[in-house]
Amino acid sequence: MHRSRAWKLVPLVLTFGLLGAACGSSTTTGQGNDDGSSSKLAAATLNGSGSTFQQAFNEAVMEEFKAAQPAVTPVYGGGGSGKGQTDLQGGLVQWAGSDSTVKDADKGLYEGPFLYFPTVAAPITVSYNLSGVKLKLAPETLAKIFAGEIDTWNDAAIKADNAGADLPSTAITVAHRSDGSGTTANFTKYLVAAAGSAWTLGTDKVVAWPQGQQAGEGNGGVAQIVKSTPGAIGYVDYSDAKAAGLALASLKNAGGSFVAPSLESATAALDGATLAEDLTYDPLNAAGAEAYPITAPTYILVYSSQPDPAVRAALKGFLEFIYTDGQKIAETVDFAPLPESILNAAKAQITKIGV
Amino acid sequence: MTAVAAPPTLAGSPRPPGLVTDRVVRVVVFVAGALVLVILALIAYTMINRALPAFRSEGWSYFTSDVWDPARSKYGTLAFTFGTVLVSGIALVLAVPVSVGIALFTTEVAPRWLRKPVTYLVDLLAAVPSVVFGLWGLLVLAPTLPGFYQGWHDLFSGVPLLGSLFDGEPIAQRTFMTAGIVLAIMITPIITSVARETFATVPQSLKDAAHALGATRWEMIRAAVLPHSRGGLTAGILIGLGRALGETIAVALVIGSSPQISAKLFGSGDAAASVIALQWGEASDGTYRAALIGLGVVLFAVTLIVGVVARAIVARTDRHAGGSA
Repeated sequence: MHRSRAWKLVPLVLTFGLLGAACGSSTTTGQGNDDGSSSKLAAATLNGSGSTFQQAFNEAVMEEFKAAQPAVTPVYGGGGSGKGQTDLQGGLVQWAGSDSTVKDADKGLYEGPFLYFPTVAAPITVSYNLSGVKLKLAPETLAKIFAGEIDTWNDAAIKADNAGADLPSTAITVAHRSDGSGTTANFTKYLVAAAGSAWTLGTDKVVAWPQGQQAGEGNGGVAQIVKSTPGAIGYVDYSDAKAAGLALASLKNAGGSFVAPSLESATAALDGATLAEDLTYDPLNAAGAEAYPITAPTYILVYSSQPDPAVRAALKGFLEFIYTDGQKIAETVDFAPLPESILNAAKAQITKIGV
Repeated sequence: MTAVAAPPTLAGSPRPPGLVTDRVVRVVVFVAGALVLVILALIAYTMINRALPAFRSEGWSYFTSDVWDPARSKYGTLAFTFGTVLVSGIALVLAVPVSVGIALFTTEVAPRWLRKPVTYLVDLLAAVPSVVFGLWGLLVLAPTLPGFYQGWHDLFSGVPLLGSLFDGEPIAQRTFMTAGIVLAIMITPIITSVARETFATVPQSLKDAAHALGATRWEMIRAAVLPHSRGGLTAGILIGLGRALGETIAVALVIGSSPQISAKLFGSGDAAASVIALQWGEASDGTYRAALIGLGVVLFAVTLIVGVVARAIVARTDRHAGGSA
C-alpha cells in the first residue's frame, strides 16, 4: 500500500522539477536578451500599499516593469489611502499610494521627510440611468441633486441646464459610496469648490449624506445601483462607469462650457492646474475650455532618504519607468497620462531621493 | 456544601501518585482560564487607549449623538449602536423559533433515517462564509424584497404600532430588515446545533413519565423537554446573538449604510461593525481612526451588556419557574 502510493508521486515530482527547470532557464535567457537596452537593477523588493483608486494602473505598470527588470519585485497591496499612509509611517512599505495629501498635523507620524510623486489622474463621472437624455449639469444643480433638494428629473433647475431635452417626472435616486473613499472626497471637494453655497455637506472620505439615498460599496457597488435603478444618479470612477456601460453626464466647467468625461478632457484639466512646490496639485474645477471639472489626482509617497542602495536604485528605476513607459500604459487601463509640465517636474523630483 | 470544599481525608496514607498530576492539571487549567481573561483585558486596554483621542474630542456626545460626519470631525455613534442592536434583535426573533423547531424535529419528531441528513445539512450551513451570505443577500434577496415589504406596509398601514414598524423612508432594498433576515439565516445553524445537543440530554425517564401520564407528544415536549433545556437554549441563543452583534461584512453589504435612528424596519440603517470595516481603509487622520477604534470599544461594551442582561433575565425566570438547567 505505502509503496504504491509513493510511486504515484513520482510523475508529480518530475513534472514540478521540469517546470522549475524550464522557468529557471527562461529567466536567464530573458536577462541575456535585454541586456543592451537598459542597465539591470540589483535584486530588491519594493513593497507598496494604499489607494485602490490607482491600483489598476499600478498593477499594469508593475507587470511591465517586472518584464524589464526581472530582479526587482514591486508589490502593491491596495487597502486604501489610509492604510498606505499608516503602512509608510510604520515602515512596512517603501512606497504608499494616496489620493489625498498628508495633513500637516499628521506629518510628525512619519519617519522622515517624504516626497509626493503624482502618477496619473482619472475623471470621476456623474453617471445616470435615464433613457434618451444626454444630461448636462451645472455644479449648483449637481450639488442640489446630491443634497436631496432636487428630487425629480423634470425640476426647473435641471431643465434650465438641458434646454430642449425631454425630462421625465421620475423621482431621482441618488447613489453614493458606503465605504470611506477618495472618490467621495474628490467629488465633494469639487462641489465645495464649484457649487458655492448650494453645497453644505462639506468634503471628506465620508460625509453625512441625507436620508433616503442608496449606498453601494466601492465604485462597482455604486455603478450597480445606477445601472439597476431607473432614475438613479451617482458618482463613479471612469473605468468602472465605462465597464458598466453607464450614461455619463457632461458637466459645466470653470470656463462655462459643458464637457463630457474622457481621458483627454482629464489631461486638459491637469494642464490647467497649478503645481505646488511639493508637486501636489488640485485639478478639480480647473481652468481651460476643454477641462473636465472632476478630475482626481493620485500620488505615490516615498521617503526621500533611502539608505539601502539596492532599494534606492530600484525605487528610482520604478518611478522613472512610471514617467516613461508607464504613461503609455495609463490609457489602456482608463487613466489619464500626465501633461508635459507635470511630467518634467516629477522626473526632476526623482533626483531628490538620496541616502 | 462543606463536603465539596474539603478534600477527601487521605492524611494518614502515603502520598498517592495521582496527587501530583492532579496538581499539575489544576495549574495548567488555571493558566488556560486566566489567559482568556488576560487577553480580553489587554484587548480592551489597547482599544480604549487608542480610542482616547476620539473620546476626548467628542466627550459624551461620542456615545449619545447620532451625527457621524467625518467632514466636520463629528463622531457620534448612537445610530450605529442602535442599528447593531436592532438588526441582531430582528435576527433573533426570526431565528430562534425556527432553530428550536429544527432541533425538536431532529430529536423528537423526525423518523430516525431523516435525522442524520437534516442535522448534517444544518451544520453545513454554519460553515458557509459570511461574505457568501452577504453577496447572496445583496444580489438575490435584496432586489426581491421591496415588493414584499410594500405588501406588509400596505397590510398594516392603519395599525398604530405595526404601521410605523413596517415602513421605510423610502422602502428600500437594503434595510434593517434585509440585514436581519440575512443574519437570521446565519445564526440559525448555531442555535439549532446547541439546542439539539441540549434536547438530546433530556433523560428518557422524564419523557417516559410524561407519556405515561397521558401526555401527547407536544405536551411531553412542553412539560419535559423545554423546561429541562432552558439553560442550554439560553447559551445557544447567546452564542447566536454574539455572532449577530459582531457580524461585519454580510451586514455591511445589505444594511444600506445610512445611519439613522428609526423604528422603521424597511428603511436603511447602519451597524457598528460594518462602519469599521467600510471606513477603516481610507481613514487617514488621527481622530477619525481613533473614532473607528472607539466604535470597537462600543461594540465590545454592547456585547457585554446584552450578554449580562440576557443571562440575568434567564436566571430570574428560572428562579420563578423553579426549572433546572
